Amino acid sequence: MGSLTPRIIGQSIEQVGLTILAVVVIALGLQFLFYAILSKGLNTRHSLPYTLLVPAIIGLSLLVIFPIFYNFFLAFTDMSLRRFGFERGMTMGIAQGLNNFRNVFTAPVLQQQYFFPVLGRTILWTAMQVTVHVSFGMGLAILLNRPMKMRGVYRAIILIPWAIPQIVAVLTWRTEFNAQWGFVNIMLRGIGLEGIPWMTSRFWNFMAFNIVNFWLGIPFMTVILLGGLQSINDTYYESAEIDGASKWQRFTNVTIPMIKPVLTPAVILGVIWTFNNFNIPYFINQRGLETSDILVTALFRAAFEFNRYGFAAALAIVIFAILLGFTVAYMKITGFNPTLKAMNAPVPAGSRRDK
Amino acid sequence: MSEVSLLKQHQMGVVAQIRRYGLYRWFFKRARGDSPFKRILIHVVLIAACIIAAYPVLRILIISVRPGDQLFTTSLRLWPENATWDAYRRVIFNRDFVLWIWNSLLITTATCFVGVTIASTSAYAFSRWDFPGKVSGLIFLLATQMIPGAMLMVPIYILAANLGLINTWRGLVVAYSVQAVPFSIWILKGYYDTIPFELEQAAMIDGCSRLGSFYRIILPLSVPALAIAFLFNFMQAWNDFLLARIMLQRSHMYTWPLGLQRLQDQFQTLWSEFAAASLMISIPAMILFLASSRYLIGGLTVGSVKQ
Repeated sequence: MGSLTPRIIGQSIEQVGLTILAVVVIALGLQFLFYAILSKGLNTRHSLPYTLLVPAIIGLSLLVIFPIFYNFFLAFTDMSLRRFGFERGMTMGIAQGLNNFRNVFTAPVLQQQYFFPVLGRTILWTAMQVTVHVSFGMGLAILLNRPMKMRGVYRAIILIPWAIPQIVAVLTWRTEFNAQWGFVNIMLRGIGLEGIPWMTSRFWNFMAFNIVNFWLGIPFMTVILLGGLQSINDTYYESAEIDGASKWQRFTNVTIPMIKPVLTPAVILGVIWTFNNFNIPYFINQRGLETSDILVTALFRAAFEFNRYGFAAALAIVIFAILLGFTVAYMKITGFNPTLKAMNAPVPAGSRRDK
Repeated sequence: MSEVSLLKQHQMGVVAQIRRYGLYRWFFKRARGDSPFKRILIHVVLIAACIIAAYPVLRILIISVRPGDQLFTTSLRLWPENATWDAYRRVIFNRDFVLWIWNSLLITTATCFVGVTIASTSAYAFSRWDFPGKVSGLIFLLATQMIPGAMLMVPIYILAANLGLINTWRGLVVAYSVQAVPFSIWILKGYYDTIPFELEQAAMIDGCSRLGSFYRIILPLSVPALAIAFLFNFMQAWNDFLLARIMLQRSHMYTWPLGLQRLQDQFQTLWSEFAAASLMISIPAMILFLASSRYLIGGLTVGSVKQ
């Protein structure tokens, strides 16, 4: 079986097992400690709930809170592979931080591309994707939301792109966009067109990963919207029909308002996930074309290919600020408050596979 | 068609229905009074959508059974001549595929148990007590979902490098355990909220401690929600590429996404093996996803529509 020998199995179980054991022991130890301090020392009524929360708080501090603060610290340094830490000549200061933030906007983010073209491309990509997902998803959902034969079969097949592991999907598409052997170009040549250089042309590479994300994103939106449509009671349509509403009027005055509680969070999360999508622009870009990078892939490459950690940290803060601005603005404009809603209902997530 | 005959139709088997109404009238059962042409059009559109959705996956299967001498062909035949399952054998026995799957499976399963344990106890605290900081804590959990994954990678990498965790699984195990906790807490808290407190009170009157009632009453009643939380944890760790990519550099430690990427890089020589590996990974995942799709996607529609 390849190189999976009993020795390796033993070693891997040992490493993972010991780590898990350490995590459990540390978590339980800290919980006892906290409980003792809270109930005996401080004597609060809430000692038990706080104790139960201890592992989650510590874990999230390590994985989320600490990295965020560390990110701010890094943005004020000039850390790179050569200057990895203070003992290797890394410097830190307000001037360095301002320099990093100035570089984000005035110097190339990678080798040639500047910040604003990349930002423009990211916005174009996000807008295109979310628009197409919602409009095509709505179309398919309306078609599927009528009594007919084979509905379950159609639904299951249309869901395949969502069900397949995303890495498998993007790696397969990357192969199929091969100019010579991929089925896309074979089909184009079959109908008498010329093959398209998907991986070398700047424009076509951008289109290539857009096509892949249409394929991946529409099914999920279809099923979400289908769920919303199915919960609309038929009597609304009947009374609208009696009042003489046309089909279009029924769509805009019954369907849209009734589906809004599903649509709004789906759009907000769709924008955030698309904006942050890493796998698709990164993998469908085999030649590393800088003109195909969106902000998050540019961030990843600035950090892990060019090893400009300080600069990348500043870029990350700028990206996060943009995203936060969008979310707040959208919530203000639409009057939608996810935190209130989320108090009662969980956000969708089957979905969150793009991290 | 009157209501009575529609009712009858439901009670009859498919074959009996077709025999009674004829294939044509059975297929185009008049439910909304649309014309047959319109219905054919709808089916055509849906079938086209299905072909677009399924064809790339079908292509993986076709390529995986291509014999070596036909690997590079521009034929689009649905089944190659002299189809062979040889690529599957080579992937399993000659490549590190099984090792990668084992690594992924071990890490993922182990971290799922830790993640669900952390989330289930924290969610209990959020569900049953009103303590200072509860609301802001819940909002914080929601906000973590909006942070770009790539933003945290640089600090996590540097932290891991300073702690000597690069090229070990330790860092990965800890990170994966926590990764899905915010979302799991949300799901579980929502579910716990629906369990009446009186059940627990009854248990406590009978001498159960607070944690005992959690263990004996809440957990057994929450198995469906725990299963979903487990599945989410599993998915996130199982499909993760980014974190594994920065933490692991030695190929014998790879998880399957890293290994598959390596196979794809050599697709000029290993195309059928790459396809075979892809398919073997996808089939179990796809069955699991499609079977549970109603529950997984339900999260969005259930709570928000019925308010």
